[in-house]
Amino acid sequence: MTDRWQRFKKSALFHDFKGDKVAIVSFATLVLLFICAFSAPLIAPYNPYDSANIDIMSSEIPPVWMAGGTNDYLLGTDAQGRDLLSTMIYGMRISIIIGICAVALQAVIGIIIGLIAGYYGGKLDGFFMRLADVQLSFSYLMVAIFVSAVLQAAVGVGRFAEIAVPFLIIVIGLAQWPQYARTVRASVLAEKKKEYVEAARVTGFGAHRIMWRHILPNCMSPILVLSTIQVANAVMSEAALSFLGLGMPVTRPSLGSLINAGFEYIFSGSWWITAFPGVLLVILVLAVNLLGDFLRDALNPKLYKG
Amino acid sequence: MSALLQVQDLTVNFALRTGDLTALNGVTFALGEGERLGLVGESGAGKSVAGFAIINLIGKPGYIAGGRVLFQGEEISALPEEAIRRIRGHRISMVFQDPMMTLNPVLTIGTQMVETLQAHRNIGQSEAEAIAVDKLRQVHIPSPEKRLHQYPHEFSGGMRQRIIIAIALLNDPQLIIADEPTTALDVTIQAEIMDLFLELCRQTRMGLILITHDLAVVSETTEKIAVMYAGEIVEEGRTEDVVRRPRHPYTQGLIAALPQGDDQRGTRLNQIPGTMPTLTRIPPGCSFHPRCPHAMDVCSERAPGPLPVAYPDGGGGMAACHLYDPNLGDR
Ligand SMILES: Nc1ncnc2c1ncn2[C@@H]1O[C@H](COP(=O)(O)OP(=O)(O)OP(=O)(O)O)[C@@H](O)[C@H]1O
Ligand SMILES: [Mg+2]
Repeated sequence: MTDRWQRFKKSALFHDFKGDKVAIVSFATLVLLFICAFSAPLIAPYNPYDSANIDIMSSEIPPVWMAGGTNDYLLGTDAQGRDLLSTMIYGMRISIIIGICAVALQAVIGIIIGLIAGYYGGKLDGFFMRLADVQLSFSYLMVAIFVSAVLQAAVGVGRFAEIAVPFLIIVIGLAQWPQYARTVRASVLAEKKKEYVEAARVTGFGAHRIMWRHILPNCMSPILVLSTIQVANAVMSEAALSFLGLGMPVTRPSLGSLINAGFEYIFSGSWWITAFPGVLLVILVLAVNLLGDFLRDALNPKLYKG
Repeated sequence: MSALLQVQDLTVNFALRTGDLTALNGVTFALGEGERLGLVGESGAGKSVAGFAIINLIGKPGYIAGGRVLFQGEEISALPEEAIRRIRGHRISMVFQDPMMTLNPVLTIGTQMVETLQAHRNIGQSEAEAIAVDKLRQVHIPSPEKRLHQYPHEFSGGMRQRIIIAIALLNDPQLIIADEPTTALDVTIQAEIMDLFLELCRQTRMGLILITHDLAVVSETTEKIAVMYAGEIVEEGRTEDVVRRPRHPYTQGLIAALPQGDDQRGTRLNQIPGTMPTLTRIPPGCSFHPRCPHAMDVCSERAPGPLPVAYPDGGGGMAACHLYDPNLGDR
């Protein structure tokens, strides 16, 4: 383990990272946001899911530095009287969990299909790539609207709130697998012509082992770069769906549903309910994207110079 | 000498859009236990295809259209994929031309060696590493224990080719097929690698098929030579016979084209006029006749079969040439 760390410290990637201020800042921001999100119960001043904490009388209190703000609620409260800062921290946790799980699902489906299509080629390849085209030609919003409408009708709006997290993960996960499949397939096509694959065959390895153990690790750089972009996209997609009222319910809001909930109050002067979650969302997505850009540039000329 | 490998009438076709192309046409040869054979011929003669066909690894659009391969008496060309995979890398290993490309860039050489061992044997990590270190030492890699944890890009070309040979040796194969193993290396390293092959074959009584277009390389390493032209073996015999007294006009041409250090008469190479035909347009009769200085009428009419040729010391070889057909009268 320490050996690996030593090796990483000497690697070109780490060297590039040290010299890139944008990458360092976005990485630090991201680490900070993740720590906040996943220690939400420890650091948030209130528990927004606990109705005992919520007092409708204290709704729409402005942030502390504005007239009428109190020290109890640093960023003010929302329309239900929940502490906005706490709700945002919990909401970011939900957004991040959905984003990462949805991308994991995309990656699993996309990598399996991309590997098989690229390695075997022929009819299998044709079939999967047409499937990817079909999938991409549906807007994920359309699919999500349709599925959530059916689900809400089937299980009732109350129950739907309970299954909203897995629902969002599956919808966003299924909508975007073709990105992975295409990227992986393109890399596999390039890798499988290389002699080390021929050498692996000559060594008597089977197709499975060659695909997973020999080709896939050589396709990791594009997958890594794509993953950062996809996490940012998934967080945005979740926010968009929640904003449209198809995602997380107001009782367990994500950043997107918070923005949505606050939107109604923007003209009555309570701008902070929408603005702060919005800013947090932008910072989160921007940090992920900037880190993705760094990875793309750093890994592009090939990390392992042959 | 008992037969290690017998290749009988092996034919490989490639199904192209324009029709079938015959890359290997009835190739027949045999190799004894611990024997070294050089397979020579110019680019496109079908040498690599022959190497892959032996271990039944012809990729689409190619297919084996006929013939058999017997390895230690077992017909491996008829085995199902599962069974032949247990032979590849275990009893028959292959080494390729470009050491820069043959190792997986993202795995340490230790990992690659351990996995190669574990693919064929049921052994633990530490035991596998011990064998790996042993083989690295056998190919003269200094401080092999440390080297196990390094990645391919940390080695020079010559070192990598040694490592690849060590990987080929891991499971103690009875036969190594080396496809132009030194073409990508510079001359001094070429000689070292060839010496290594020779040393290993003598130590372990392992058979070697050395594929190359360089007659000079095989003449110093192998006991027998088979000369390929347009998918066929046109001459076969003991190395010194083939090099000193080539019988087939194509081989004679190849030998004449070799640069000779002690040759006083001139420095110009005597290249064979013309080029090898593309395999889709092989001329009727003997495929070499358009370039042959001794071509007769019969040469364009029918292909010569393999004919025995004799040498003064009682040794014999084979040449596929009408010149040696006793019924046509010797010239
Ligand atoms: N994948 C393929 N598709 C179509 N034809 C092929 C394929 N592989 C080989 N061939 C044919 O087989 C012939 C012999 O190829 P091979 O690679 O065995 O030549 P070689 O003797 O090894 O030459 P070199 O010295 O250049 O390696 C080629 O000329 C080509 O026409
Ligand atoms: Mg070749």
